[in-house]
Amino acid sequence: MDTLNQVKQSILTPFGMQEKDIDQIMDSMLSVSADYADIYFQSTHFESWSLEAGIIKEGSHSIEQGAGVRVVSGDKTGFAYSDRIELSVLLEAANNVKAIARQGQNAQNNLKKTSNWKSYYESVNPLKSLADQEKIDLLRRVDIETRKLDNRIEEVMVSLVGVHEKVLIANQDGSLVADIRPLTRMNVTVILEENGRREQGSMGGGARKDYSYFLDQDKAVEYGKEAVRQAIVNLEAIDAPAGNMTVVLGPGWPGILLHEAIGHGLEGDFNRKGTSAFSHMMGKRVASELCTVVDDGTLEGRRGSLNIDDEGMPTEKTILIEKGILKGYMQDRLNARLMGVQPTGNGRRESYAHLPMPRMTNTYMLPGSHDPSEIIKSVKKGLYAKNFGGGQVDITSGKFVFSASEAYLIEDGKITNSVKGATLIGNGPEVLTKVSMVGNDLELDAGVGTCGKEGQSVPVGVGQPTIKIDGLTVGGTSV
Amino acid sequence: MQNKEEINRLKNLVQDLLDESKKQGATSAEAGLSVDNGLSVTARLGEVETIEHHCDQGLGITVYIGKKKGSANTNDLSPNSIKETVKAACSIASFSNEDEFSGLPDKDSLAVEFPDLDRNHPWNLDAETAINLAVECEDSARSFDKEINNSEGATINSHQGIRVLGNSLGFLQGYQSTRHSMSCSVLGERDGEMQRDYWYSVSRKAEKLESATEIGTKAAERTIKRLGARSLSTRQCPVLYSSEVASGLIGSLIGAISGGSLYRKSSFLLDALGTKILPEFIHIHEQPHLKMALGSSVYDAEGVSTIARDIVKEGVLQGYVLSSYSARKLGMKNTGNAGGVHNLTVDSSTNDFFAMLKQLDTGLLVTELMGSGVNGVTGDYSRGASGFWVESGQIQYPVEEITIAGNLKDMYKNIVSVGNDVDYRGNIRTGSILIEQMAVAG
Repeated sequence: MDTLNQVKQSILTPFGMQEKDIDQIMDSMLSVSADYADIYFQSTHFESWSLEAGIIKEGSHSIEQGAGVRVVSGDKTGFAYSDRIELSVLLEAANNVKAIARQGQNAQNNLKKTSNWKSYYESVNPLKSLADQEKIDLLRRVDIETRKLDNRIEEVMVSLVGVHEKVLIANQDGSLVADIRPLTRMNVTVILEENGRREQGSMGGGARKDYSYFLDQDKAVEYGKEAVRQAIVNLEAIDAPAGNMTVVLGPGWPGILLHEAIGHGLEGDFNRKGTSAFSHMMGKRVASELCTVVDDGTLEGRRGSLNIDDEGMPTEKTILIEKGILKGYMQDRLNARLMGVQPTGNGRRESYAHLPMPRMTNTYMLPGSHDPSEIIKSVKKGLYAKNFGGGQVDITSGKFVFSASEAYLIEDGKITNSVKGATLIGNGPEVLTKVSMVGNDLELDAGVGTCGKEGQSVPVGVGQPTIKIDGLTVGGTSV
Repeated sequence: MQNKEEINRLKNLVQDLLDESKKQGATSAEAGLSVDNGLSVTARLGEVETIEHHCDQGLGITVYIGKKKGSANTNDLSPNSIKETVKAACSIASFSNEDEFSGLPDKDSLAVEFPDLDRNHPWNLDAETAINLAVECEDSARSFDKEINNSEGATINSHQGIRVLGNSLGFLQGYQSTRHSMSCSVLGERDGEMQRDYWYSVSRKAEKLESATEIGTKAAERTIKRLGARSLSTRQCPVLYSSEVASGLIGSLIGAISGGSLYRKSSFLLDALGTKILPEFIHIHEQPHLKMALGSSVYDAEGVSTIARDIVKEGVLQGYVLSSYSARKLGMKNTGNAGGVHNLTVDSSTNDFFAMLKQLDTGLLVTELMGSGVNGVTGDYSRGASGFWVESGQIQYPVEEITIAGNLKDMYKNIVSVGNDVDYRGNIRTGSILIEQMAVAG
């Protein structure tokens, strides 16, 4: 059975709804002058398992479904949703949102089925990909293998999460499209103690794949090893330096720099409204010519990938910055229409109960020509940051932060002492202009990213090669 | 007015869940249910931008088979879904391990008296009125100063809901509550540099919200004050946390004395009970029964009575923040804090904000913090900041793109003073907090 029929059968049929009911709701919404209208049906099955103190402590399971209806007129949006997928309820919701439309062109309702896009992940159900017993055996094995690694380990926590999401999107431009989106995530956290000093290490990964992803090359056990390695490094860390200095960022997850420093600032809504530090900078230099940055929702099985976005648009690989020049914004339908450009497949929403807006997918920098060791060698005094926690940006002032969780001093071209975690702060439109070397070692992150915007969380990916930034403020305590 | 009929209908659903759990083999169970309705309206540049009608419901069940635990939740309240949800929870419990510390709270710790905490004040708000209010709020921000040249809009939110909690020890309670808010965020520009700031007001009762004009004006004032911000050179100096950000400092302290961090030994305040963690003049107490307050509750997330108590007295830690599980794990008494603390108040000095500035003398006033650079295991602290440079008690100029760093253990001990400019909008109520010295990097 194709995806569309499969999703219709699991979202509409159990609640006694049919395709003609969707037509009726759409007709009702389009009885006023609207530029755009859509109905978003979603069903999400979620489970989590957690191990702590050597035992499977708890698990949880969740089933949620619902539908959101939206009418857009000019730059005005009316929105309502319900967790009851019933014709009468959704007609009432449609009636409520119509009030927003007082102007705009009359859109045509002409529902037809399209399924014309590539697929970047399989429509599998991760929750069924292992028996429950196999899931907890996996957690136990990770616990046992991790504890063997070091006798200073005080605590090991392991978690496993799986999501099976189905969406069905009808809109007035004549399409009814569906997507089945698997998502899995695993995490290992360890606490080590030595001479009264305690440190934590944490590593995880995930993908739009089923649980076999964690068994492949024994990734799950590798997460444990990596968590222990990080905790040991932290046990030896000295105070981080404070002040402006040369910073080398390692490959992979440090790409959170791109997400915070430029990614959010290049989302269409902020630029249409002129609230971003990057507003009106299209075609201008915002990075050194070594930098080419893309947002790519089409990577096979990645956490940030989507076959179609939450407005039914196929995802794309969008060039944001090419050789240092700002080339493109990320768009949803509303902002693309108002800015007179094409949508880029970046219209995303946390769930049926949230409005879509332009969001990142997988954001990364293309590789350059330098060997990473050359980059380190070129630094007389600076910081090498290998791993990070979260970040944040003020899109208007352009100021952004991201917090290093594993970092080292660079002295005379060599990596020396590890230093305690520290926040790095910079200015988005400026930081990439200071990139003076880009490595040939592009890596994407392990699949752990979650991005928050206006209270909505969505899974994302980041990546980059090793890069050298000539001057970034490091927030240590050692003044 | 409590809608008794609807509360009773939902109580019956919770009882159905508990009964079904027993039928499916659970030895004990706890169930919760919530419904929430709301309206959210945003106006931008003088016109409505979005109207959102919110309507959420959800139920959750935790079952115990002996000392084995499983949870499940759904937003489908149909009888069939209830059966399936209980089944899922029981299935998970059957795969989890015996945990001698797990289970429902002790029966004698459950709340038995249920005073009205005055949490329910529905706002009869239609979209048209909300739009007008939002426009008025944004207008007063936009007309405040000619340097205010753009806006993220003003938003009115009004929510009302019912929460019901029950367990197989016979606890079954429900209540109705409301929450309304108004916020505004505007941009200013000077010499090509843009800044944005915001203000908001939140209350259980619409009449208690600051006026639309006040909120708009404050948002604009705050934005204008940030224009012309520069960085600072790297230095050590005293730091004054304004009351909006000071609550975060106390939040980190609560995280460190919470059961989960303590039994996992992932806290920088292990074994701190009875020891001096703050200067002698600091008292922090929990006031769960304040009328109309946002954090008020008669019972916690497990139905356990909440208690008015001192958490810190004369700088000495008096108690931890525990649920029934973490209390058993630590061999201590439950403190009624499953789900968190309820209206935490830090006693203030007689200093108002200006007296605090005077006491700061020369140093950094922080009004916004960025990022998540707080390590709960070690207390190491490093965050992005913006605010103002102060000399001789007078604000000199706005600053940004700097970090402030230290270790929370030292920062707490080096608190010099707490102002009486208390921010009442959150669950942690404190005035501005002055810290003797921190590392500032720029």
